[in-house]
This record gives sequence, C-alpha cells and structure tokens, in this order.
Amino acid sequence: MTLLTEATPGRRATRPGGRSLPPRGRLGRAALPYLLLLPAVLLELLVHLVPMVMGILMSFKELTQFYIRDWASAPWTGLDNYRLAVDFNAPVGRDLLHSFWVTCVFSVLAVGLCWLIGVTAAIFMQEGFRGRGLLRALFLTPYALPVYAAVITWAFMFQRDNGLVNHVLHDQLGLTAERPFWLLGGNSFAALVIVAVWKTWPFAFLVVMAALQNIPRELYEAAAIDGAGVWQQIRKITMPSLRPINQVLVLVLFLWTFNDFNNPYVLFGKSAPEAADLISIHIYQSSFVTWNFGAGSAMSVLLLAFLLLVTTVYLLVTSRGRRAARA
Amino acid sequence: MPSIPAWFRWARRVFLTLLAGFVLLPLYVMASSSLKPLQDVAGQFRWLPSGLTIRPYIDIWDTVPLARYFVNSLIVAGAATVCSVTVAVFAAYAVSRYRFRGRRIFTVTVLSTQMFPGILFLLPLFLIYVNIGNLTGIALYGSRGGLILTYLTFSLPFSIWMLIGYFESIPRALDEAAAVDGCGPIGTLARIVVPAAVPGIVAVAVYAFMTAWGEVLFASIMTNDVTRTLSVGLQGYATQNDVYWNQVMAASLVVSVPIVAGFLLLQRYLIAGLTAGAVK
Repeated sequence: MTLLTEATPGRRATRPGGRSLPPRGRLGRAALPYLLLLPAVLLELLVHLVPMVMGILMSFKELTQFYIRDWASAPWTGLDNYRLAVDFNAPVGRDLLHSFWVTCVFSVLAVGLCWLIGVTAAIFMQEGFRGRGLLRALFLTPYALPVYAAVITWAFMFQRDNGLVNHVLHDQLGLTAERPFWLLGGNSFAALVIVAVWKTWPFAFLVVMAALQNIPRELYEAAAIDGAGVWQQIRKITMPSLRPINQVLVLVLFLWTFNDFNNPYVLFGKSAPEAADLISIHIYQSSFVTWNFGAGSAMSVLLLAFLLLVTTVYLLVTSRGRRAARA
Repeated sequence: MPSIPAWFRWARRVFLTLLAGFVLLPLYVMASSSLKPLQDVAGQFRWLPSGLTIRPYIDIWDTVPLARYFVNSLIVAGAATVCSVTVAVFAAYAVSRYRFRGRRIFTVTVLSTQMFPGILFLLPLFLIYVNIGNLTGIALYGSRGGLILTYLTFSLPFSIWMLIGYFESIPRALDEAAAVDGCGPIGTLARIVVPAAVPGIVAVAVYAFMTAWGEVLFASIMTNDVTRTLSVGLQGYATQNDVYWNQVMAASLVVSVPIVAGFLLLQRYLIAGLTAGAVK
C-alpha cells in the first residue's frame, strides 16, 4: 500500500517542445489526466456511488412492493426502518443481531485459518524442492475454480445420504451413531467455514508467496552465518518483512468474508439455516424474499457503517503499530 | 534459507501432504463422480465408480440449456474483462504519471468501493437499470450489457491499484526518451508503458475474467432465461427434486476447466504482477 501513503516524487511527464504534434495549450495538458480518469469515474459513479447514495435514501423510506415501480414516491418514514432493524426485542432485530454474531464468528475463524494456512504453506514453499511447481498449481486451483462449481461439489460431499463426509464418518469410521445433517441445523456452520477456508486460503498463499519473493536472499544468508536457525530466520526476517502486506491482506480477507454472499447462497440456497445465517444472505432474504426493501436498505447501511468503523480502527491501530515497530 | 534442518523438512512434508489432501478431496470427488453411472451417486457414496461412463457429459447439455449459459458467460466475462482492463490502464496511467488535484481522493475512493457490501447497491442498481430502460429504451436490466457494465466495475478497483504499482515500476527514463522522440502522452502509453507492463496487464485481465465468471449475487437478480449465466444456470441441476449429481459434477468440471487452465497457465504473470506492484 506504499503508493497510497508515500507519493513518489512528482515528475511531470512533460513533453519538451512536442515537435511532431500540433502544439496544445496549457489547458489541454492539464485536462489530460482527468480525461484519462473519466471512464473510470463515470463507471464508479453509475455502479457504485450513485446506487450507494440511493440505498441510503431508500433506507429512510417505506419501500414495499407497492412502491417499487416508482421508488421516489414512496413515503418517507424517518428512522422507522432503523428502529425496526435494531429493536432487539422484536423478531426482526433479534434475527439481525443473531446473524451479525454468526457473521463475526465466521469471519474471525475463516480469516484466521486462511491466513495461517496461506502463510505457512508459502513459507514452506519458499525454498525449492522437487514437485514444488506442481504443488503450487494444485494449491491455487481452489482459488481459480468458479465459486459455484467449488461450492456445489462441497454441497454434494455434505449430503446426508450419499455424500462423502458421512460415508467416511459414519460408514467407514463409525464415529457417529446416526448420519448427521451438514447443510441443516448446527453443523451447517462448520460446513460453511470449511468451504470458505478451502476456497479462500489460496488467495493468502498467492499474495504472501509474491511478497516473499521481494525479501533479498542475502538477509537469510547473513542470518545463517550469524548462527540463526530456521525458526529464528522466520521470526526475525520473514514475518517482519511480511508485516506491511499482512496489514492489507487481513483487511481484504475480512471484508470479503464478512460480505460473503456467494458461498452460503450456493451451499444453502435462498434461506440459510439459522446457525449459518450470514449477514448478506440475511439482508437479501429480508429484502428480496419478504419484499421489504426499506428495512433491507437500513440493514445494509448499518452493515456498511460497521465495516467503515472496523476498517478505520484497524488501519489506525495497525499503522501505529507499524510506525512504532519501525522507530 | 540455506542448510535446512531435518525437523523443518519433516514438518514441511507432513503439512504440505495434509494440505494437498484437503485441496485434492473435492477435486477428486468432482472428477470421479462426473464419470459415475447414476446409481453410484444416488446411493451411498463410493470412492471408486462401479463402472465408468461418459453419459453425464452428454446429458448435461439437455438437462439444462448449458450451452446457452456457457455462451452468455463467455460474452459477459470476455467483454467485462476487455473494458475493465482498458479503463484501468487509462486511469492507472493518469495516476502514476501525472500530479493533479484530486489524485489521492480518486485512488482512495476507488479502493474503498471494494468495501461496499454488494447487497447495499444491488437493489438501487437494479432500479437504476430499470429506470434507464424505461427512459431511454436501453435495456440494461435482464440484458448482458447490464451485467457487463456491473462486472467491469467489480474488478476495476483492484485492477487500477495493481496497475498503478506496476506502472510506477517502469522507469520514467523510458517515457522521457519517448517524449524526446516526439511521442505524445497517449503515444507513450501505447508504445512504451503498455508493452512494458504486459505481465501486469495480463494478471489484471485474469483477475477481471475470474471475477465476472464466478459472480453469483447480481447474476441471480439481473438475468432472465435468455441471458442467464453459468453461475445461476448451474443451480438448475441442483434445485430439481431429483438431483443428478453425476451430471452436476460433470457440468461443474466443464465450466471450471477453461478458467482453471487459463489461470494456471497465466499464474506466473499474476505472481510477477503482484510482486512488482501490489505487495511492494
């Protein structure tokens, strides 16, 4: 992320003379970067920023199926949608709070495991050995697979009667008296975590592997001469070098998992079991299935506010930690 | 790390073997089940098929209109990739080579859109597309065009960010030499910067294609029977009363092979692109 924090010394790509081109005024040259940015800005406005503002406005409206044709004419309701969403004594608020906790636990577990597996695998594969290229290709495959193909396969493995998981646990190892359900009830949470980790850890692996290539070999050689063992080299050289990339990686993984819709949607369908009711699915359900778009928007805004808060605090804390470590 | 001790070798062997097993398991299930006759996947799970058949690979095209979904996905992901990369190249070039007002705001805003929960702008975007359709007659809702437009912005933030990093690593002396030879800014971009940044651009294209090929949420709302893409279409096998799991696995394999093969062929560009740009 250095490019955001430390701008490189400015050097204008000026064109002394500009012989072969017709001379353009100062204005034309000053406008050029904006022209280059224009398509990106317009697209971001259309698809992200304007809809976001609209979403915030909609959260203050009574937006049910009667008004969906002409959302602007829906009556304003002030904070009613928010009151509904955060009234934890009523069913709607209680379910939302439950879904929020499930998502928190899910994100912490999934991010932690993805990071741990990814970093460990990348460190183990830093040095060459036979078959490393092949193994690397294998490890990246879950990440390359389309979500739906990967998750449908896991859904098949988790089937109660004809799935692999119960075949191994019940038929072959005899660990359970009954064939447990994996996509219903309490076990669905474990199933969701396993699928998410399987699909996402290779991303951590990929990023850390790329970052490891930037650590000069001489550092390790010098440390080895000084008598540092492998473990010490990892602690004193590898991990500190990874700190900046870890800061971004963990944040990105967290935002992805917290907002994850694709995994649970393909695994469970439109209505997730209570134990695995991730917040995106919950909001989708609250708006598109029950047709209460105002409440759904309010929940989305609350979600966005939470993510903004977490991101800001996280960046402040970790950046201070980095600065302290450097000093 | 020169001179690797034995305990490290063993730890590595054990960890990587277990991990490889975990990664391989679903891939094995997918591949082996796709070649099983129906009774093998309907009853208790079998590690080995009772007999091999390619029947599922023939039947998948009739059970659901898979070919149509495939073409839709190809068009949508292909167009989204080309547009996203083009837009990102221009934007990243501006940010890396010019100092102008709003430069920081632009990068920060674009990156922060990554944080937005898709669910927040799903409905508004849907309404915007419907309204644009009603006002101008340009059908965005339910059309491939709307999906292309949506997906290209999904990969845009990461693409711009990664390309800025990559462009920064290209020596400015090259730009200046081009300027002395009479190249304008666009000429410099086309003749110097883009050719030098091919690995980064390929990496970004791979990412953009994967993003569009795998997206589920918006595809589930924004497509109709004609424009349905694979991500939603594939669920057609799984939601019927009788699930032909061998066909589901065959179809999953068929839609995965092109993207996985492409990714693995181009992964070194992605790693090189990340090394040069993003993780520095």
